[in-house]
Amino acid sequence: MAVKKVMGTEVEYGITVVNDRDFDPISSCVLLVNAYRDKTDAKILWDYDQENPLADARGFQADGEKYTPNQQENITRNKTLVNGARYYVDHAHPEYSTPECTNVLDLVKHEKAGELILERSRIEANALVPDRCQILVYKNNSDRKGNSYGCHENFLMDRRTSFKQIIEKFIPFLVSRQVYTGAGKVGSENRAGAVDYQISQRSDFFETEVALDTMVKRPIINTRDEPHADREKYRRLHVIVADSNMAEPTIYLKSGVTAIILSMIEDGAIQTDLVIRDPVKAMKEISHDTSCTKKVQLDNGKKLTAIELQEEYLDLAHKYFATREADAVTRDVIVRWESVLKRLKEDPDQLGREIDWVIKKQLIQAFMNRKNYTWDSPRVGMIDLQYHDIRPEKGLYHLLVRQEKVDRIVSDQDIEDAVYNPPEDTRAYFRGMCLKRYGSAIFGVNWDSISFNLKDQPIKRILMAEPLKGTKEHVQELLDRSTSTEELVANLTAE
Amino acid sequence: MKIHAILGRDPDSQGLLQVTRAADQTQSRKTQDKESGKSKETREAKDLSERGKKLKEDMDELVDEIDEVLEENAEEFVKNYIQRGGE
Repeated sequence: MAVKKVMGTEVEYGITVVNDRDFDPISSCVLLVNAYRDKTDAKILWDYDQENPLADARGFQADGEKYTPNQQENITRNKTLVNGARYYVDHAHPEYSTPECTNVLDLVKHEKAGELILERSRIEANALVPDRCQILVYKNNSDRKGNSYGCHENFLMDRRTSFKQIIEKFIPFLVSRQVYTGAGKVGSENRAGAVDYQISQRSDFFETEVALDTMVKRPIINTRDEPHADREKYRRLHVIVADSNMAEPTIYLKSGVTAIILSMIEDGAIQTDLVIRDPVKAMKEISHDTSCTKKVQLDNGKKLTAIELQEEYLDLAHKYFATREADAVTRDVIVRWESVLKRLKEDPDQLGREIDWVIKKQLIQAFMNRKNYTWDSPRVGMIDLQYHDIRPEKGLYHLLVRQEKVDRIVSDQDIEDAVYNPPEDTRAYFRGMCLKRYGSAIFGVNWDSISFNLKDQPIKRILMAEPLKGTKEHVQELLDRSTSTEELVANLTAE
Repeated sequence: MKIHAILGRDPDSQGLLQVTRAADQTQSRKTQDKESGKSKETREAKDLSERGKKLKEDMDELVDEIDEVLEENAEEFVKNYIQRGGE
């Protein structure tokens, strides 16, 4: 039985410092993350005790050493924010993980709030570097020199759903969804075959179907088994194929449709055989075909385009919801999904206000037509990169927003609100509100726990194994009558 | 929360790069008035040409703005943008 699709994204940003010959990405990331001024100045640890990134969903534990930084390094690299998000240094990139959301509309607000938080910390951090230098941050996934960094989506699933079923039913969906989720990229990488422009930033980098790795030999399905919740009941599906998107309708469709498909897989509603013979190859073929007409080979002998594969899933979704109630956001996602597929089929250029890869392609083509540049001109590569620049005054996506040339899903006020306020209907509410109210008395945080410093008592860790508990409805009254962490813990344990 | 409707929007607000296609577009808003076929055609052709011109101007303006904000020394900038693999 499908569980409520609690979801969140983790976006790794590209970072560079102009005019800095000794540019070191890690120290720049540390500077960036620590420059952010949240509404709490608490020094809170990220609780690594609760993590196990080496557990494999196929039922084993991978070899390797679990990373646990020392206390000072931990505080320096991790910030938990009052909106329930985590802002941190991941390898050589700044990363923003949204708080848990129950719907994709909240997710768009919180992912966009992440961009604003990165930009605000960038401005603060720039005051600390020499005048000739400037820290720049990009929400993209590739340096176009063979190095990729990710955008991961997380979805709560019923533990009882067979992982084999997820692999079989989900891969054809992930391989084909890029026609409306791609962020667009000039050229190709990772020996993927020459192309002027392709749909996805990431597709060149996937080399295998299923694995635990995310950095080498990247898999279409990642098997990390770290539910950050009750592991008897839940699975957190960690989807690593996504591009980082700028356009709100692209983010909305990407995670919105994916949540629907995962519910259908849990409920056994995908019985059609859509298995692709060589998904890794198909992923690149689809990404390299901006006409969206290339057919890929299925195991059953049929050949379908990415749009036709998506139409099969859409058809199954209509049948699925014929006997079920869908909430307003889900209904809206389905209407848009159908409309986008129809227009992609007629002519992808009709999506120039909604889908990143089309928006960017049209921008570049307009520029090339006027200036007689070719796809390999440096300024064309610059447009590709600068589309993802998070600075409002320099980012080309932001330029299009100002000129009202792209569609929006949420308002600027929604995004501003999400910078300081957690979603109200998940445990992120409890996390965020505890940070707001008791900031300095919090010792450590993870997605499924908060530890409190208490006077004359040992540190008390409160577990939050249920992502849908700790909501405003559940805890507001408790928070209102607890003026200190001691009272809060006493009231919690008395209940 | 209002979800901004994007479906069924005004065709004037569509796409960035409709300039090249504008000349081929045969669809325009249907009018209810009872003008003769010929004058209607003339008016539609004029509308279309004005719309094409407007779109072209919009695009020219956008390209000019991109030109202004685009980083200088694009070649060096793009060359120096090197990241470590992440995730």
